[in-house]
Amino acid sequence: MRFILRRLGFYLIAFWASITLNFLLPRFMPGDPVSRMFARTQDRMQPEQLEALRKLLGVDDRPIWEQYAGYLQNILTGQMGVSITRFPTPVTEVISSQIGWTLLLGGTALVIAAVVGNLLGILAAWRRGSALDSALPPVLVFIGSFPYFWLAMGALYLFGVVLGWFPIRHAFTDGLEPAFTAEFIGDVGAHLVLPALTIVLVSIGGWMLGMRNTMIATNSEDYITMAEAKGLRPGRIMLRYAARNAMLPSVTSFGMGLGFVVGGALLTEVVFAYPGVGYQLLNAVQGLDYPLMQGLFLTITAAVLLANFLVDILYVRLDPRVRSN
Amino acid sequence: MTSVILQQPTEAKAARKTNRGFIHGLITNKKAMTGMAIMLVFIVLALAAPVLFPDDPSRITGMASLEPDSEHWLGTTAKGQDVLALTIHGARSSLLVGLTVGFASTFIGILVGLASAYFGKFIDEALSLLTNVFLLLPGLPLLVILAAFLPPGLGTVILVLTVTGWAGSARVLRAQALSIRSKDFVAAAVVSGERAGRIMFREILPNMASIVMGTLLACVIYGIGAQAGLEFLGLGDVSTVSWGNNLFWAGNEGALLTGSWWVFIPSGLCIALVAFALALINYAVDEVTNPRLRKIRKPATTERGAAQ
Repeated sequence: MRFILRRLGFYLIAFWASITLNFLLPRFMPGDPVSRMFARTQDRMQPEQLEALRKLLGVDDRPIWEQYAGYLQNILTGQMGVSITRFPTPVTEVISSQIGWTLLLGGTALVIAAVVGNLLGILAAWRRGSALDSALPPVLVFIGSFPYFWLAMGALYLFGVVLGWFPIRHAFTDGLEPAFTAEFIGDVGAHLVLPALTIVLVSIGGWMLGMRNTMIATNSEDYITMAEAKGLRPGRIMLRYAARNAMLPSVTSFGMGLGFVVGGALLTEVVFAYPGVGYQLLNAVQGLDYPLMQGLFLTITAAVLLANFLVDILYVRLDPRVRSN
Repeated sequence: MTSVILQQPTEAKAARKTNRGFIHGLITNKKAMTGMAIMLVFIVLALAAPVLFPDDPSRITGMASLEPDSEHWLGTTAKGQDVLALTIHGARSSLLVGLTVGFASTFIGILVGLASAYFGKFIDEALSLLTNVFLLLPGLPLLVILAAFLPPGLGTVILVLTVTGWAGSARVLRAQALSIRSKDFVAAAVVSGERAGRIMFREILPNMASIVMGTLLACVIYGIGAQAGLEFLGLGDVSTVSWGNNLFWAGNEGALLTGSWWVFIPSGLCIALVAFALALINYAVDEVTNPRLRKIRKPATTERGAAQ
């Protein structure tokens, strides 16, 4: 329990840090980007909306601590202003309409990469020097060396443009009505293949090598020898004895991996014009939509922190040493 | 990327000897040699770029979207620039930024890691908290936000990448420094009244040289990849020629949709080759310092569990 509380405190501090960063950035950046934005968009806004945005982004004359208190209050009550590129939709509404797509894409890719990568790592460590162990890691490391977006571009060109197997942009066919029908779900699935595949390809090598290296250390433990001496089946020793104990670092990586996938998904989303938060973040940056940018960053951070917290809770369940401390 | 480093702590007495063994191990390691050979080729190309292509690489030299032929070995872009010239000149900016970011973030990592381990207590708590917060903040979105607010330019790119990149190395280096901090020879140095700076940099640091090298390589890989990503999004310095910017323009000019594969393949391949070469060297460092990960020489006498 103490462990959980400590972690919770840490995540709260991290979240506070990202809010504060968000608060400071528009206020202390040279060149006053926010004024430029206002100069461009002033005529489209209502006076009270303009006033609210000025307060949010620091173009007002109140003392800085007062601004800070007001800012914290706004963020914690979910008031993030209105989006400028999608005027007059509130920022929170824009984000909530898009976070689902990122969770779908990032989640699918992360789960596939983690499960397959860990299994490959287990097998590779179990059969040291086999073809799987000696040939696959260099190949995966090489693929993992490619930039996310470049592999995505390659996949788009090869499978989308040349072969025409999969759709090349958006999350579902334009004009199709979102609904829980087989047709729509199939369409979403087809649009998911290429973006998810590129993320899986790039990240799988890290999972495999991490698992393999931990597993090699576990394989030389005495209890493995003991299990062999008892005459247990190799498959059972591999999965229930060795892999089970080598799993812990992978669980931690899973939490960290989520942040990584959100980042990687940003580039992949841009290549495939996939309507997730990453794609929207870039649009916001290009449209100088600072309120939306800030809202998106906070949402992404909050999601990553929450995921890590859930992993911590899982960790307590998995590792008795954490519980007893 | 997850790479598990299981490093045996090095004893002070044996430090010099181990270091020689370390370099010997790297030279005889196939992975390390391959990686270094690839890196050498790129460094030579980057240095020789002004000699090979004395003209401004973004100058228009031919018809638009030409396929590779004898005059333009890698074809031309949609604007009519020579892709080979762009790619070779791109190496300069990409390697420069990657190396600068790598060294800068490793340097910060060393400072934070050593200070954490040496001083302990409150300083360790505070620095670890800072490190962990930076580790947890999603890197690329943070990069995008920072780049959006800062004025565009090469300096901004380097600054932003260093700010987002140092935390990983700080964590690894702190863990290693902590284990060395608890050794007798450090205690002896403390008792004999040596200054903190001397103990940190002359006693502790030399004993974690291999980890520092591994971290440096990882940071350079990060720097090159993240710069390319940032530039691909159009958030870098669009006026310079670099691999990331080449890809940005390739995407912008619709090279994919018109089928000009020769425009986007070279720059991406170069990034991948450099990252792969550095990763190879990194794995080699791991193998040399951790005997368990080394290749098994005779499969007949493998470790237990290998063959049943």
